[in-house]
Amino acid sequence: MVMGAVFNLDHPAHTVDWSFIHLSVANVVVIVLMLIVFFLAILLPFPNAKSRRGDAS
Amino acid sequence: MSSVSSPPPASPAPSKSWTVKVREKAVEALPPERLLPNGQPTYVASWIYLFGVASIASLIVIIASGCIIALKGPAWWHYTGVGHFFNSIHLWSVELFFFVMVVHLWGKYWMAAWRGGRARVWMTGAVTFLVAVPCALTGYVSQQNFDAQWISTQAKDAMNSVGVGAFFNLTNFGQMYSYHVLLLPIAVVGLVAAHVLLVRRNGVVPPFELEQRRAALAAAPSPADAADGTTGGMQS
Amino acid sequence: MSLLRPTDDTQPWKGRYYPYDLVKELCIAVGVIGLLAVVLTVLFSSPDDKPSTIAQWSHELPANFATAAAKELAETSPTAEYGPPYNHSSGSVQHFLLLHPQRWLGVSHPIDTAEDYVIKPLETVPNDPALQSALTEYKAAPEKQKKEWSEAYAKPLEEYETAVEEKKAPPSTVTVNQSAGTVTVKASGAGPVPTMMSSLQSLAQSGGLEGGLVTSSQFFQTDYTKPLLFMADGGLLAERAEGQHLLGDQWGLMNETGSYPGQPWLWLYALWYQVEPMKSSPSADIQVLLIMALLSLAFICIPFIPIVNRIPRWVPIYKLIWREHYATASPAPPTSKASAGGAAPGPATSAGP
Repeated sequence: MVMGAVFNLDHPAHTVDWSFIHLSVANVVVIVLMLIVFFLAILLPFPNAKSRRGDAS
Repeated sequence: MSSVSSPPPASPAPSKSWTVKVREKAVEALPPERLLPNGQPTYVASWIYLFGVASIASLIVIIASGCIIALKGPAWWHYTGVGHFFNSIHLWSVELFFFVMVVHLWGKYWMAAWRGGRARVWMTGAVTFLVAVPCALTGYVSQQNFDAQWISTQAKDAMNSVGVGAFFNLTNFGQMYSYHVLLLPIAVVGLVAAHVLLVRRNGVVPPFELEQRRAALAAAPSPADAADGTTGGMQS
Repeated sequence: MSLLRPTDDTQPWKGRYYPYDLVKELCIAVGVIGLLAVVLTVLFSSPDDKPSTIAQWSHELPANFATAAAKELAETSPTAEYGPPYNHSSGSVQHFLLLHPQRWLGVSHPIDTAEDYVIKPLETVPNDPALQSALTEYKAAPEKQKKEWSEAYAKPLEEYETAVEEKKAPPSTVTVNQSAGTVTVKASGAGPVPTMMSSLQSLAQSGGLEGGLVTSSQFFQTDYTKPLLFMADGGLLAERAEGQHLLGDQWGLMNETGSYPGQPWLWLYALWYQVEPMKSSPSADIQVLLIMALLSLAFICIPFIPIVNRIPRWVPIYKLIWREHYATASPAPPTSKASAGGAAPGPATSAGP
């Protein structure tokens, strides 16, 4: 039973198949998103650079 | 006029007081300004540093949504829209928890965040992850739906194979629910608290020294360097 | 320097600090994560596939139910032959080298499949003289006779199941009326068993078997082991699971029903089940769990593991994370006399190349 979701995910999953590896698309999306978020986190500039260059707290 | 307007001055604490001993040890390990500092070293300058607090935030949302589901017992969320809504929040916050916790773990690995006496910080974090996994498993088998039926009847073979099934029965809903709503969350929260207190005590791990800086410092030793302790090593 | 603890030249930070509000950060994080969880809920909700019941099973797959029930009575079902913690058989007992923890921990949740799944539930059926007579005859018979009767009944059903699985013509000894949910088995030498099994099927289809299996020993009960193991001995759960990609060779332990994300953090645990020798081993579970226990211990002890604890130094991802620090705290050869060695918070280095 799915209550009022915008996207209905209540159907059998599609899979990503490669050799002996069979992963659901949803899990692959999560893993890829994690990698993207990790690299964005270390690449994007962090705010408040001025206060780090300025006086001590 | 009353002669007692304020508590009498504290007499010198007897050395046998457990209360005094605990308090003094706690304050010595974590004075208030170290427990809750209002500044961070200037090298804390990356978005990757936010994934630890994001993990804590996810845990808070998991516990809050779990408390709401627990309010009306384990079955109500199957039959009402409100119950199903909070069950969905609980599920998605678990997915977010593992998501941000693993990104946090990746960041801490690539920073070698165990350096400078911080091995226990890494170890408590690792154990937290490993305890969160069975906490999630007990949640999945407590759902009282088809997923719970399947997971419990399959995973029981793994538990039985190592003898754990003799006292941890995945098909025993009452036991699994107890572990899920009480015992394992207490363990996770306790481990996270220990982890965070250790981070506060040791401070956030400093950056690696770059080779050229190390070479420059090594090339021209000075009294200042000796005072710096740059010639020494910090063992954990 | 020891092999386990290489020189760690990490110095305590003596450089500058800048204002950082931890409490505000936590509050914002809770708000952001809470909002994300709500957005994901509104977009996707969550799965809640209704549980299968024994009543459904006996209606939808009557032959499969009858086969499973017959094997429980004959004590040839997977549960009957499982071993500890349910009984003293050995069909599913795993070990690794000299480690036999399943056997060592013993029978802690005894299940007698013939009694628990067939005899005791049938004894609760009132006002059925034919059934009571069949039960009396069965219980009075010697063990060898009981076994012969129950196996005589189970054999044509097993042949029927095999024929259906292999998509061959089913034997004529078994007739299934799918719409009525009934199974008729022509089995000679089965004694009172056909009468017992027919009554059990009716009891199951009425819904009386689930409650009976849960509360058989006490009024208040939260242990669903008996009905779950009974259903797992049949094919309904596995049929549903296959449709939802939850089987072992579908990497099912990582998956959720529907198209929802499941447990991606179990990827490494799931992977070992797909590789030899674990893939075809009867002791796959203990083997995989021992591997994961070892890897988990290694994960905890990374600070002490040679090479692994040096990789972050060799792969310069840290240069990206701390690039602002390296750009502003440039390496400065110290000046000859007075030196802001950095013993107090202040500029980390003096201006230099």
